[in-house]
Amino acid sequence: MERIITYAKALSEAIDLCMAKDKSVYIMGLGVPDPSGFFGTTIGLQEKYGKMRAMDMPTSENGMTGVAIGSALTGMRPIMAHHRMEFALLAVEQIINQAANWHYMFGGKSSIPLVIRIFIGRGWGQGPQHAQSLQAMFAHIPGLKVVMPSTPYDAKGLFISAIEDNNPVIFLEHRWLHTITGHVPEGVYRIPIGQANIARTGSDVTIIAFSYMNIEALFAAEVLEKNGIDAEIIDLRSVRPIDTDAILESVKKTGHLIVVDQAWKTGGIAGEIIALAAEEVYSYLKAKPVRITLPDFPSPSSPGLTKHYHPRAIDIVNSALKMFGKTEKTEEELGIVQKTPLDIPNKEFKGPF
Amino acid sequence: MKNEKLKKFYFDMLRIRLIEQKIAEIYHEQEMRCPVHLSVGQEAPAVGVCNALAKGDFALSTHRSHAHFLAKGGNLKAMLSELYGKETGCCEGKGGSMHLNDPALGFYAVPIVGSTIPIGVGIGLGLKMQNKSQVSVAFFGDAATEEGVFSESLNYAALGKLPVIFICENNFYSVYSPLSVRQPPERDLTKIAESHGVEAFKSDGNDVVAIYNTAKKAVDKARDSNGPTLLELETYRMLEHCGPNNDNHLGYRTEEDYNYWKSNDPLIKLAMKLTEEKNFNQEIQDITKTINSEIDEAFAYAKSASYPEKESLYTHLYSK
Repeated sequence: MERIITYAKALSEAIDLCMAKDKSVYIMGLGVPDPSGFFGTTIGLQEKYGKMRAMDMPTSENGMTGVAIGSALTGMRPIMAHHRMEFALLAVEQIINQAANWHYMFGGKSSIPLVIRIFIGRGWGQGPQHAQSLQAMFAHIPGLKVVMPSTPYDAKGLFISAIEDNNPVIFLEHRWLHTITGHVPEGVYRIPIGQANIARTGSDVTIIAFSYMNIEALFAAEVLEKNGIDAEIIDLRSVRPIDTDAILESVKKTGHLIVVDQAWKTGGIAGEIIALAAEEVYSYLKAKPVRITLPDFPSPSSPGLTKHYHPRAIDIVNSALKMFGKTEKTEEELGIVQKTPLDIPNKEFKGPF
Repeated sequence: MKNEKLKKFYFDMLRIRLIEQKIAEIYHEQEMRCPVHLSVGQEAPAVGVCNALAKGDFALSTHRSHAHFLAKGGNLKAMLSELYGKETGCCEGKGGSMHLNDPALGFYAVPIVGSTIPIGVGIGLGLKMQNKSQVSVAFFGDAATEEGVFSESLNYAALGKLPVIFICENNFYSVYSPLSVRQPPERDLTKIAESHGVEAFKSDGNDVVAIYNTAKKAVDKARDSNGPTLLELETYRMLEHCGPNNDNHLGYRTEEDYNYWKSNDPLIKLAMKLTEEKNFNQEIQDITKTINSEIDEAFAYAKSASYPEKESLYTHLYSK
């Protein structure tokens, strides 16, 4: 029996289940008890578990990350939540110098089971300091794990794994995914961190995507099918560790690689994956690999600019068409002109996927 | 205070002094190949505060953590092995002098100024959440109080009425930079703490008895769930910021200051309280012998221990 709920509800269930089964789990964030409750994911927690376990916090991101780390040293399992990536940047010293290094630098004798939820994403003129997606920065750091679920099913299973993981896990949620729906089983289940999902099997081209871009990639795959190209979509789900086996197996099969990453080109995850492919499966590649990313510029605010800034399904479609020597097409020609304005979530991308 | 207790303080400080001086003496052998920030002259805060703690209490320190590690009960062989980069070190060779730790003793140290302060507060939060009776001590220097995270930590410790004791060892210098270029003259650390809602006291950082008495009150207060306290302790490091040498010749500190603090050495100050102890000098000689034996054995242990194997480089990245 299918049980269709939203990504936000799936996360809400994950948090509630983990807090119910393990008293050492607690959540803190600016606005955890708010009426909006982090896209609804923290609503009801304070009423159910009390103020000590579902905590609001002062606007001291760096200090409070240190506090979370310290509480972990006494046996607690903290979840921190940030409404924006930019706010989490204030805590980079504690995240990188302390949390990431802790287990290794103390000879494996102490660990920090910390989950940091960070909302990433764009829309509605958020602009340069409210739209950054910095998974590459965190994925660069040994000692961290970085997870980016794209579906409600993945969100719940990965979140439970993240909480049960004894290491610091950066859990990135794209704000355009919270209302996406999909099948989510009741109760506790886990998805291993570092395991990709083959979101769509195909034989012509491997498209690596994650987080919100997985949705755009799945849509692009439908369009490509109508245009004679059979795409395999791999939703990475984790960007540290990356499921290298899944990527390489797929590229060996298709010989064609496109990586979609909603972050800047230079120094990004897409480049990491292409380097991996070049190193490991070079002889299988029949065309040069392509990465679809943001241009190397801060995120502008005006819709007049953002419409040229963010990659969409059309860009994925055209990359594949070009790769196979076909003519690139416009959205009109493909019949996929989006009705929803581009600076808000696409109302047609509701799921289930 | 009973003489037995005073003597314990004396010998705790003496042991640290002798260990640090031995490190300084043979550092030139270049076998301890990591930066060392020695505690010579700053033994009293560590000994005074740690003697006020009970088993299970936590303490965090900084790059200058040898005194705190030892006063908390840390293993000398494990500490020296770590300085020598050996696999028997408390970080298995991965951390060096600046990352001393003993999780079983609740002790951790990291070298980023200010970073352990919120972690110390977090330990207090964790203890409170679990209704435990232990307390958390954060040792740091005067420069750490300039970091924003210091204010954040005071704020939250007060807000949560957490069992935290903040110990600021003010030795007036941040490497070579005096207080005068870092803080306006009106800045008063105890007032800053109190404005955040943290009760604060200032004490002579070379008077181990005064430190113990004030720390004990703060520890008891925290254990009784009456919230955090800050102690500002004025003290002085006798050697350079990092390394084994005396650097008076550089002239960033005056001979006058140096001599003042030398004459107010914590061991000298405490000895003055023990003048009626008839055989104290003999006792000092005897204990010095014992300590020196312990030190020689520990250095021999560290020197003869093995470096970690190459495979060890790739271990302990993630906890299972």
